[in-house]
Amino acid sequence: MSEILTATAAELARRIATGEQSAEEVTRAHLDRIEAVDPKVNAFLAVDSERALATARQVDAKRSAGEELGPLAGVPIAVKDLLCYQGLPTTAGSRMLEGWVPPYNATVVDRLIAADMVILGKTNLDEFAMGSSTETSAYGPSRNPWDLDRIPGGSGGGSSAAVASFEAPLAIGTDTGGSIRQPASVTGTVGVKPTYGGSSRYGIIAMASSLDQPGPCARTTEDAALLHAVIAGHDPMDATSIQAPVPPVVEAARSGDVAGMKIGIVREFAGDGYAPGVEQRFQESLTLLENAGAELVEVSCPHFVHALATYYLIMPAEVSSNLARYDAMRYGLRVGDDGERSTEEVMRLTRGRGFGSEVKRRIIIGTHALSSGYYDAYYGSAQKVRTLIRQDFDQAFTSVDVLVSPSTPTTAFRIGERIDDPMSMYRADLCTIPANLAGNAAGSFPAGLAPEDGLPVGLQVMAPPMADDRIYRVGAALERAQASAWGAPFTSQIPFLEA
Amino acid sequence: MDVMDFEDVLAAYEPVMGLEVHVELNTVSKMFCGCSTAFGAEPNTQVCPICLGLPGSLPVINGKAVESAIRIGLALNCQIASWCRMARKNYFYPDMPKDYQISQYDEPIAFDGYLDVEVDGETFRVDVERAHMEEDTGKSLHVGGATGRIQGADYSLLDYNRAGVPLIEIVTRPITGAGEKAPQVARAYVAALREILRGLDVSDVRMEQGSLRCDANVSLMPRGAAVFGTRTETKNVNSLRSVEGAVRYEMCRQGAVLSEGGTVRQETRHWNEAEGFTTPGRSKETAEDYRYFPEPDLVPIAPDAAWVEELRATLPEPPAERLARVTKEWGFTDLEMRDVLGAGAIGVIDQTVAAGATPQAARKWWLGELVRRANEAGVELAEVGMTPAQVAELQRLVEGGTINDKLARQVIDGVLAGEGDPEQVVATRGLSVVSDEGALSAAVEAAIAANPGVADKVRAGKVQAAGALIGAVMKEMKGQADAARVRELVLEKLS
Repeated sequence: MSEILTATAAELARRIATGEQSAEEVTRAHLDRIEAVDPKVNAFLAVDSERALATARQVDAKRSAGEELGPLAGVPIAVKDLLCYQGLPTTAGSRMLEGWVPPYNATVVDRLIAADMVILGKTNLDEFAMGSSTETSAYGPSRNPWDLDRIPGGSGGGSSAAVASFEAPLAIGTDTGGSIRQPASVTGTVGVKPTYGGSSRYGIIAMASSLDQPGPCARTTEDAALLHAVIAGHDPMDATSIQAPVPPVVEAARSGDVAGMKIGIVREFAGDGYAPGVEQRFQESLTLLENAGAELVEVSCPHFVHALATYYLIMPAEVSSNLARYDAMRYGLRVGDDGERSTEEVMRLTRGRGFGSEVKRRIIIGTHALSSGYYDAYYGSAQKVRTLIRQDFDQAFTSVDVLVSPSTPTTAFRIGERIDDPMSMYRADLCTIPANLAGNAAGSFPAGLAPEDGLPVGLQVMAPPMADDRIYRVGAALERAQASAWGAPFTSQIPFLEA
Repeated sequence: MDVMDFEDVLAAYEPVMGLEVHVELNTVSKMFCGCSTAFGAEPNTQVCPICLGLPGSLPVINGKAVESAIRIGLALNCQIASWCRMARKNYFYPDMPKDYQISQYDEPIAFDGYLDVEVDGETFRVDVERAHMEEDTGKSLHVGGATGRIQGADYSLLDYNRAGVPLIEIVTRPITGAGEKAPQVARAYVAALREILRGLDVSDVRMEQGSLRCDANVSLMPRGAAVFGTRTETKNVNSLRSVEGAVRYEMCRQGAVLSEGGTVRQETRHWNEAEGFTTPGRSKETAEDYRYFPEPDLVPIAPDAAWVEELRATLPEPPAERLARVTKEWGFTDLEMRDVLGAGAIGVIDQTVAAGATPQAARKWWLGELVRRANEAGVELAEVGMTPAQVAELQRLVEGGTINDKLARQVIDGVLAGEGDPEQVVATRGLSVVSDEGALSAAVEAAIAANPGVADKVRAGKVQAAGALIGAVMKEMKGQADAARVRELVLEKLS
């Protein structure tokens, strides 16, 4: 049983395709696993057992009938509860949407279905994807399988926890400021934010439209690349979707050849605030990559230090507008509609009750940043700095192929440790935010465990727009170098949580 | 409500107007999704996740709407932006599914244009500040309560069929110097704009259905002053007559307020069509902050210069040029031309001539028949139910002798009743002139036999007495005879 759970998605797909193992057996193993450990982990908000098993049986039937199967056919997957999937409630981790069942599928979900993948259920997240720990979820935090008292990262902590606790070999996340990469980092898994416009946002509840991007969560680089290839590519339903072929991510993940590649180390992402174990494992990763033939160059991206402040103006501004539609009129929660109260009062009561404090904080900041008289100073200035950050990337990529940094300054913190201190919570995304602001591709890969607490550390790799393949090339190179240096791949260190 | 005499207002004040016209485009689908824009469907049947603003849905712009916006801009002599963006206008209202409207803010697709309008032979240039694209809202129906407004209503019904229908908002610069003609200039501007839009075939431009809506901003400033007065914005101005009436009324109302030492409140006012006055609506003192910002779900619009020139080539002849041309070509008398202009029939006559009729014949049918029928039906001439091509066909039937003028009127009845083209009406109603000589001859002989006294008079040289015989024959033939031929036959037989 545990052998199925620890297998890679690529291996499961191979077995299902050859008939060595049925998709139904694979699905059932994961559903059983969820039942056994999710009470501890709280990764899932909804499990769709019957539909998952029915899909698995269809895949098995297709295989028996000799029909062509996609590269991940029959492989189970968990989907962040920010993506619309017909037939299951979509909550965005908020009371506001409790009970709302979308009448349509997100494009990414449609592509999973078209690829014959088996959707196990919907995973937990910070409310409307706002947070770095899942603690702002209206449905309680998810827990990190490395230490159940610690956060699994956020906002996509449910997806990363599901993958790290072997409840699913793959998951879909979304990344606005690091919500795929930071959870991957703190759970010892792989997470990639594609180039902005590389994968479709259609049907994904918007947090900040100019930053949001769905991407793959997995335990290995190849698995992430296989999923990336399934979900990415142009979508006419998303006007910001790029009309270009998907970069050759799978080939890159299988090659792992970094000989002659120039890797730029971002000077600004080190020093104060970075845990010693994080810096140590980061340096060790650089040595491994250098030994694999890469050339290391230190580069400066001087405006990256302003990324966090820039992000906390642009993101809340878009949030304040994107979340206006939750007004009790058409769907979701409605509070205080007693036949006497005015429309405005019902809107006010509903939004007061339905949104949690982090969401309200961002709506208030964003509303202020866009107000007449403040727009130029806040939103306007932030857009200018955003351009400077993009120029830092452009400048850096004239001399290097990728940029690297720690994914997040620390390992997983304890549940409750930062929830009352928004600024310290926001700093978890210090290194990941620049790629969102500039629209670059970026991913996080396991870099080993911090000696001081034995918790995972992540290496972030950033590439120019539509050069997502370079990220996978570096991730795969690191994975191989680790396996040969340590005698076993990093995945073998992920604890197998007992029920 | 106190109002001042119009002449007294003009003696003391100079009116300043600003006109905002919203035009619903006639695209098949909505601005950002594939839903139908057809008018009059059952509520909430032309909706989808996108125009309902469901969580996760995204807009994709309708290229045809952009094309129409550019053509409108070009027809109004505007510059076309080489790069512009949509913007979000944020405010909460139940008929707006996303609680923001996708519009344009400081980057309109078209700007800096003008439109020349004619009032009593004098030309006024109305400067167009901008024409921008936006989506329409849904429709609210507030049930119960006194005012029909959301405040005090028992409940409200919402229909989102209109949500997301493409709109173009055309905004003038302040119109000054029109003086006593201000109300007429306002009307003439909207009329000319409507004519242009109809010619472009970008909108149904039906004011009564709301596909063309006008908001009239009016203020007064003391004669000789340099600073504009406080303005009011009058909404619900849904006919040409209302445009003129609302401007005139607001001038007189504001004149009374100012002359009594009061101040005009900056507010939205509502035009009461039946009673002919405006009532105050939402006060604009606490101006709403719409927190505009560029729409991040859409990419910038950058119309290629070559494409813009291609679209320019599709523009119909501008109304002023057309007027100059037809005045020369048609050879109407000044009086005839004034009637044609007054009836707003230049366009339909021009098209009828283009379809093969002579200018005089076209004028005869449109002014002699169809204007009256349009007035009776309370619709615009162009919407009377008979097309210029059908009028030209009617004239061909008359000239070919198939029908006479009297029968032609019955053919018009048939066309207006939806019985088809003139030829079909002639066929189905059996209206063609009897040209069978035998039948005519027999009818003439019967009439002579039945009226021997009259016949004798004609034989004696009293030719005008033949009228009675001709009338008798026409009656017998139910009007379907060529009266000239009957006359010939009567005189022939009695000579």
